[in-house]
Amino acid sequence: MKTVNNRAWLFVLPVVILVAFNALVPLMTVVNYSVQETFGNNLFFWQGLDWFQQVLRSDRFHAALGRQALFTVTILLIEIPLGVVIALAMPRKGVWVSVCLVLMALPLLIPWNVVGSMWNIFTLPDIGLLGYLMNDVLGIPYNMTRDPVAAWATVIAMDVWHWTSLVVLLAYAGLISIPDAYYQAAKIDGATPWAVFRYIQLPKMKRVLTIAILLRFMDSFNIYTEPFVLTGGGPGNSTTLLSIDLVKLALGQFDLGPAAAMSLIYFLITLLVSWVFYTLMTRNEN
Amino acid sequence: MAKITLDKLRHSYLPAPSRPQDYALKEINLDWRDGGAYALLGPSGCGKTTLLNIISGLLTPSEGRVLFDGVDVTGLAPDHRNIAQVFQFPVIYDTMTVRQNLAFPLRNRGLDPRHIKARVDEISEMLELTDLLDRRAAGLGPDTKQKISMGRGLVREDVNVIMFDEPLTVIDPQLKWTLRSKLKELHQKIGVTMIYVTHDQTEALTFADQVVVMQEGEIVQIGTPVELFERPGHTFVGHFIGSPGMNIIPCELRDGTACIGDFPVALAGPVKAVSQDARTEIGIRPEFVKIAGTGLPAVVRKVADLGRYTVIEAMLGEVRVSIIGPEGDAPERGSEIHLQFDPKNTRLYADGWLATEEGETR
Amino acid sequence: MTLELRNVTKRVGGETHIHETTLRLEPGEFNILLGPTNAGKTSLIKIMSGLERPTTGQIVVDGTDVTGLSPQKRNIALVHQFFVNYPHMNVFDNIASPLRVAGLPRDEIVRRVEEAADILQLRPMLKRRPDELSGGQQQRCALARAIVKESKAVFLDEPLANLDYKLREELRDQLPDLFAGRGSVVVYATSEPTEALLLGGRTALVHEGRITQFGPTAEIYRAPTDLTSAQVFSDPPINIAQVVKAKGEIRLSDTVAWQATRAAAGLADGSYTLAIRPGHVSPEKGGANAVRISGEIRITELSGSESVAHFRMGESIWISQTSGAHPYRVGEIRDFFIDTTHCFYFTPDGKLAA
Repeated sequence: MKTVNNRAWLFVLPVVILVAFNALVPLMTVVNYSVQETFGNNLFFWQGLDWFQQVLRSDRFHAALGRQALFTVTILLIEIPLGVVIALAMPRKGVWVSVCLVLMALPLLIPWNVVGSMWNIFTLPDIGLLGYLMNDVLGIPYNMTRDPVAAWATVIAMDVWHWTSLVVLLAYAGLISIPDAYYQAAKIDGATPWAVFRYIQLPKMKRVLTIAILLRFMDSFNIYTEPFVLTGGGPGNSTTLLSIDLVKLALGQFDLGPAAAMSLIYFLITLLVSWVFYTLMTRNEN
Repeated sequence: MAKITLDKLRHSYLPAPSRPQDYALKEINLDWRDGGAYALLGPSGCGKTTLLNIISGLLTPSEGRVLFDGVDVTGLAPDHRNIAQVFQFPVIYDTMTVRQNLAFPLRNRGLDPRHIKARVDEISEMLELTDLLDRRAAGLGPDTKQKISMGRGLVREDVNVIMFDEPLTVIDPQLKWTLRSKLKELHQKIGVTMIYVTHDQTEALTFADQVVVMQEGEIVQIGTPVELFERPGHTFVGHFIGSPGMNIIPCELRDGTACIGDFPVALAGPVKAVSQDARTEIGIRPEFVKIAGTGLPAVVRKVADLGRYTVIEAMLGEVRVSIIGPEGDAPERGSEIHLQFDPKNTRLYADGWLATEEGETR
Repeated sequence: MTLELRNVTKRVGGETHIHETTLRLEPGEFNILLGPTNAGKTSLIKIMSGLERPTTGQIVVDGTDVTGLSPQKRNIALVHQFFVNYPHMNVFDNIASPLRVAGLPRDEIVRRVEEAADILQLRPMLKRRPDELSGGQQQRCALARAIVKESKAVFLDEPLANLDYKLREELRDQLPDLFAGRGSVVVYATSEPTEALLLGGRTALVHEGRITQFGPTAEIYRAPTDLTSAQVFSDPPINIAQVVKAKGEIRLSDTVAWQATRAAAGLADGSYTLAIRPGHVSPEKGGANAVRISGEIRITELSGSESVAHFRMGESIWISQTSGAHPYRVGEIRDFFIDTTHCFYFTPDGKLAA
């Protein structure tokens, strides 16, 4: 039973104002830029959808989008299963619970630019722990600043290190909300551990995993700070993800029109994918 | 199906129990016949769920043995005991249909699909679930879900015992009696041993052939529903079963005669040997107290008209006595009345335990 | 004080939760809302307490319209089915919380909390926290918080539903005394007819968002105005059958008929719905007005002091309820006797005819 009280809208008002200043005004500015050409001095020329066409047809955009999609799919494929596995392995009772939770939460507490710097130092081929270990102890040539494959692997490893914890915490919250009776019933029904996972744990985690995937999708699709600090998009353009490319376009080249068009396209893609995914995941409920 | 024996069972949740009160279950010895319907009845915290979990294997007892048909199963895990259990809150597999839910225990045991189908059809027929077989189990009401949980136990032909842990807790009062009677009917049809744990006397007395009444980790009486009602072996049983429960009135024993104040009270049978300093009480059910012109003087404290009968509460000195009277003509609140006890149903209890033998009234 | 609902309705979305209701509640006695789950009891309590606004109609307290007033401003107390206490406070602070909000002096708070704790036997537990208490004690703590406030209206929404059977009996016994003489209107929602009878007072029968009957509890139990009210106020379910009256005789089946007596004698010839409580269908022949029927025993139940038998007669299932333990056997054919002086006759549209 729900109560309808029109005064409740008043509570939402501050948020509406905040969002308006925070998002709507900048967004409208971007829209404004995306359909015009400017040479400074507040001179604008109507450009129609030209910038959009230009961006959509540019190879550079396609390449950046491709890299972005590859990055997001890869980290989702790693982080979600890994997060679930770690959550399953974590203790449900006892003193170790809080220890595990704190350990898990640690990476989430580190500022993003610090994460980039940390990994930058960590991977230096000569004095970085990882670089030294790979090159001098294991004898595997590793130099992230020269080798695109190594750069990719490092960016992905960094994201996995930084964000798998979020998935773990969400999945863990889903797991501990399952009453003991379910496990006991499954034991009595003779279910295998796999069947317990498939028919009890996974369905009960479905909601939180939907949220985890959405959050990780949006975050990774918009990722900027960490790879920028770590690789700066290089070597070459090999780790230039969409956002890095966008900044290069807008602040490096001052192509404000195309950059605005690109950010709108970027925004719409994120929105569309999130919406489609969320609709699909919640379709079967009720 | 199996006969169940509990042999010198004790359990404590503490690592090193020493005193009797450290034990959630004090020593329990029991023999349960194959195919019987049993109930464990007691208030919350009496140890009944502990006992149930020991029988099902979810808990290993600190001491003693559990035997199924004479075979020691104390150390066996639940899935090796061939038992089924229905929990307080319905457990169903959300992503499966009703049919898949019912088939799940059989599929896990690798049975022939044709056999599974036949068995599922048969059980769903009994539970009146046939129309719902292909529905997703997630959207159904709690009573239907609980039927599915029961069904998953009933489909298995190898089951030694089916256990119920307060299975009607989340069911609407209006639906409780249908499920209660359904369960009884199923027991009569299938004949598998069933153990039913509850704090609700109606559920226990309705379901079981034999009821085990527990209090503070101890069994206080085992008996048929009629025995528990008519001859409670302990004041706790008298109080716990029946509503209102049995009246328990302190009395004195003078030369083998029970006296309340200066009034001697006739008892159902001769008094057993009772130690000098034992606490002695008269136990009599409200049904067997009559308001009469003479007898024990009392003052009416409260009258409740229950339509079909009246419950009168009177103060006999400092002790409250409930009386069940006929419909209509109830005494006024505050009026003075006299009480008479039906001797055939008046018993003496010493330190809580029954202290009269059955036999001639004296 | 008095609490009135005037032409109150409640619609949510397209659904009507409460149909037009007018009700006047007085202090001094328990006002019981009796009805099955989802009948609208909780909706009514929410409307009366101000937690929800009615779609139309007014709530009037002592002649003043309070419809738009929030619960905070109405001086009411509400005890819920679940034991709602502040988990981080001990029992004393829990009980004291409404008094502290009201800004009472310290001595006064201590005095009133201790008084309430004594009534509810919570004195030894004042320093404990709610999670260290049993369910019964937790609910007593919630009740203490309700009485300490000396509210003008107290709403109890199935407060005993989650308690053990015997605890329920104990607390139910204390409840009426708890609120007696405080001059507040007490509203008690329950889904159990026996509970309503034990509490006495006045009862409103609630069915599918309507109040079907309101009056002194035992009185409306004995004289239902319509079939629905008779059904709502019966546990086990009341027996219902179609009968025909002709030539001064009530005919239940080809073989069972009896002379119409008392009120039934004045009925016009025609078809009626007969209703008789299971308590008036007995396995033993009662008086001169007992009519024999027989059927096959399907289900037997024993509830402490009473035996219940469900038996099949023709196409319908009948229920008998008697005191004591009766050894019925499932499957046997048995005679039962209906006490025709306790039969209700309803017209086809459900109104009481006799």
